[in-house]
Amino acid sequence: MPETVTLAVNGITVEMPAGSHVSAAILKTGTHAFRRSVTGEPRGPLCGMGICFECRVTIDGEQHCRSCQTVCRNGMDVRTDG
Amino acid sequence: MADARDLLVVGAGPAGMAAAWRAAQNGLRVCVVDDNPAAGGQIWRGGPPEAQVWFERIRSVDVEVIAGARVFEQLRPGTLLAETTSGVCELSYKSLVLATGARERFLPFPGWTLPNVMGAGGLQALVKTGLAIEGKRVVVAGSGPLLLAVAAYLRAHGGNVLLIAEQASAMQLARFAVGLFSKRTQAFELKRQLKGVPYRSGCWVSEAHGTEKVEAVTLICGKKSWRVDCDYLACGFHLVPNVELAELLGGEVESSSVKVDAFQQTTVANVYSAGETTGIGGLELSLVEGEIAGLAAAEKHDAARELFPVRATQRKFADLLNRTFTLRGELKHLSTPQTIVCRCEDVTLERLKRHNSWRAAKLQTRCGMGPCQGRVCGGAVEFLFGWRAESVRPPILPVKIESLMR
Repeated sequence: MPETVTLAVNGITVEMPAGSHVSAAILKTGTHAFRRSVTGEPRGPLCGMGICFECRVTIDGEQHCRSCQTVCRNGMDVRTDG
Repeated sequence: MADARDLLVVGAGPAGMAAAWRAAQNGLRVCVVDDNPAAGGQIWRGGPPEAQVWFERIRSVDVEVIAGARVFEQLRPGTLLAETTSGVCELSYKSLVLATGARERFLPFPGWTLPNVMGAGGLQALVKTGLAIEGKRVVVAGSGPLLLAVAAYLRAHGGNVLLIAEQASAMQLARFAVGLFSKRTQAFELKRQLKGVPYRSGCWVSEAHGTEKVEAVTLICGKKSWRVDCDYLACGFHLVPNVELAELLGGEVESSSVKVDAFQQTTVANVYSAGETTGIGGLELSLVEGEIAGLAAAEKHDAARELFPVRATQRKFADLLNRTFTLRGELKHLSTPQTIVCRCEDVTLERLKRHNSWRAAKLQTRCGMGPCQGRVCGGAVEFLFGWRAESVRPPILPVKIESLMR
């Protein structure tokens, strides 16, 4: 298994230790607002365990993916909506 | 997958692993399913050294583990449906163990919806899954023993833990310390790891400040109030059992926990439950309950009975734990009328206050009807207004339309 994986968050290339989750990769790029709430507030991860859905982002074109429950893969394209 | 397993375990944390191990050891065909990408639950996320004995036990028996699968519906009695990245799978069983664990209780206060305000366990989970915390200033706040474990973990990973704010009073904590006898080694070890970090009892965060993310928090301790600049606020108020799946299957819930008999069986025949799902009690209680459930499912009732005294001891500790970290009334009054309580639908306190039940509030405001289905605001409205959800309806987690239309 490679030591690191490389993915893109909003077009920014980021390298993470293998096994990292997408939520950590997003924060590493300096993005804190993962999405906007229904009234337009910035939101980021809260529970870290897949129950709050605050960290949902678009991964490889699929919307509403929980970034905290998704393991980083090489070549992944992550888009936040914050 | 028409072929039914003898035992299906939902949740691959300590309780689920213990149940699976005991059942498989006694000849049952066991499958464990978990929402997370890997087994271990929250406490053993990433497979820490202290958990290796249990991971080894699971490897030593023939247990099928399906990770990354979220159970969302019962197709028919004896068959559950789970969504995975490669579609929906049917999970049939003769017996079932629900070891769905717990989540943190979140309470609203001004600014709690800002990015980088997370649960205590929430921030720990992020660090365990790759977030670099080195040099970051963190305030750990809320209630419960988890705060200490999280603070120690963050510190060990280079986090600059500025303060631990525990809402319980010094008097409550003193009684807990006396009762902590059996956990002395763990307690001393934590104390050593947290040397130099201020631990304030009777202290809580009244507001988080910032615009795009948290920049500072206001703390209250007695009559004193002060502001601390920080990069993260890790704030959780003890834990709430995840009872949704048990309720969906018709299991009774009492005091927010799944009701079980002496053999960990729920009020539904052949459906067992173990661990935090049956009441918050920590790792040791979860393990022994899991073992009892696994043995009972394998009809080894005598062997299960031998573990009853261990469970009784751990339950005493759990009772003390839950009494110690009872939430103080002041926490009900942190929110302003404009503070959001339901984060999915952005429902403010002011709008909720016009109603007298969660049902009414749901109908009029959509509180608890967003993607989390009340898992976050549920613990808050229970504490603030004494409201409890009346029923659980499938799917118990948001799933894709194609998963429902199969």
